[in-house]
Amino acid sequence: MNYDRFLNRRIASVPPSGIRRFFDMASGMRDTISLGVGEPDFKTPYPIRNVAIESLMDGDTQYTANRGLPELRQEISAYLSGRYHISYDAEQEILVTIGASEAIDLALRALVAPGDEVIVPEPSYVSYAPGVVFAGGDPVGVETMESDEFRLIPDLLEKAITPRTKALILPYPNNPTGAVMSRADLEAIAGVILKHDLFVISDEIYSELVYGGHEHTAFASLDGMRERSLTINGFSKSFAMTGWRVGYACGPKEIISVMNKIHQYAIMCAPRQGQIAAAAALKVGRENGYEEITRMRNSYDRRRRLMVDAFRKMGLHCFEPYGAFYAFPSIRSTGMSSEDFCARLLQEKNVAAVPGTAFGPGGEGNIRCCYATALDKLNIALERIAEFVAENT
Amino acid sequence: MTKLETDLLDLLKEDCRLPLEKLAVMTGSSVEEVAEAIDGLEKRRIILRYAPMINWDLTDRERVEAMIEVRVTPQRDMGFDAIARRIYCFDEVKSVFLMSGSYDLLVLVEARTLKELAAFVSGKLSPLETVTGTATSFVLKRYKEEGVIFDSGDSDRRLVISP
Repeated sequence: MNYDRFLNRRIASVPPSGIRRFFDMASGMRDTISLGVGEPDFKTPYPIRNVAIESLMDGDTQYTANRGLPELRQEISAYLSGRYHISYDAEQEILVTIGASEAIDLALRALVAPGDEVIVPEPSYVSYAPGVVFAGGDPVGVETMESDEFRLIPDLLEKAITPRTKALILPYPNNPTGAVMSRADLEAIAGVILKHDLFVISDEIYSELVYGGHEHTAFASLDGMRERSLTINGFSKSFAMTGWRVGYACGPKEIISVMNKIHQYAIMCAPRQGQIAAAAALKVGRENGYEEITRMRNSYDRRRRLMVDAFRKMGLHCFEPYGAFYAFPSIRSTGMSSEDFCARLLQEKNVAAVPGTAFGPGGEGNIRCCYATALDKLNIALERIAEFVAENT
Repeated sequence: MTKLETDLLDLLKEDCRLPLEKLAVMTGSSVEEVAEAIDGLEKRRIILRYAPMINWDLTDRERVEAMIEVRVTPQRDMGFDAIARRIYCFDEVKSVFLMSGSYDLLVLVEARTLKELAAFVSGKLSPLETVTGTATSFVLKRYKEEGVIFDSGDSDRRLVISP
């Protein structure tokens, strides 16, 4: 049967994620060392898991409020104000979602109407541009370049703005490049946002994972930006809680209430156990100075240095990533495309990495390698990549 | 302790075979600084030795282990140290701890057979003058030691590729 007549053409026209092909290839292989993951190699700290276990024992298995458990929203409010100096009202300005992914989707669906343009820096996380299309809008890519340390440059942003532009997605610290933006960098972006009366969806899921003396600045903490931005964050990366699927969006109550409308009809609420665990993560962190985050961040940082150094020693140009847990080396010196490099590396050396093109056309010439991998495996993978590069240059 | 020393201890605790060059890269220091810091840690007896953690259960070596709770009479001027020393000098003794609670010393003992171990307790440990009582518990299975889980069910369960 031909389903074209039934399927929504707009949705069907979006190609499947570039990651999918590699997932299928790598899944069929044995003993692959994967640098293609996008999540921590730590398990959720046990005290957090334990709170969820106890809640199950207690029979805590019901729906929660649409916006999320009140105690979780209060913890989120305290966390953002203590950590990033932005205050959000737990009642009206915070919405707990199924991961930061749902928060981004809700934001786009709440803001974007057919014909609207949303600016998406590239390379960046795979879901942004499709999310804009699903919401009926048109994504407009703005390339970020290694020569600019993969930061979004105000001039290039401004050039991409048209009368149809409604919003900007601001994904820093960045997946896949590992780029960060300083307060001064963000202030320059804020100037453009004000001038053109735009709204910002700031995806700060990697906010806790910055290195080398850099500090994360929440975009909403800049003058005048709280009222024209959403702060999106979650627990997956900072607390190693990917599978729990808990994230959140914070912003003006007028926007959050529309997002909540979609959320309550479509989703009802984020899973209760995940919310209970998330509240425990923030409470324990607040009480012990976020020592688990510090422990994991230190561990990533050591491996970050190791990976970047290894790529440079094998002759690959590698930008110094100060955020998230990815390195994004250039493989241009091999003469291969990103896709070819990753496909052959997988087949010949049994190491999985993600081609930069999975994150937008601007990713051609680079590959994404995650250093959240056990040290012994990381060392073997880097040796194999070094062999592969030596054989192909 | 400097930050470098703490970082080195964290790394060496995980893998003491990491070469100086890698330790230097990972801690953002020079090879010379790392070598000097490790030397200092060894001299101050903070690092005592570099040894692998072995799962003996998977080898064919015959081996029994016991934890013995020992009650002793502390000696004037020496407290528990003198008797602890007399106990830890036996080759069978792997570890000795001074404990709070209902007994004084916890002694971890290893021998080839149950008979050897019983002989140690009755022939060497109990006859010590200051030992007033012992309670021996045999180790049946080890699950986790020094942060390492011995069961194999702790594999990487992440998707091979994810966005």
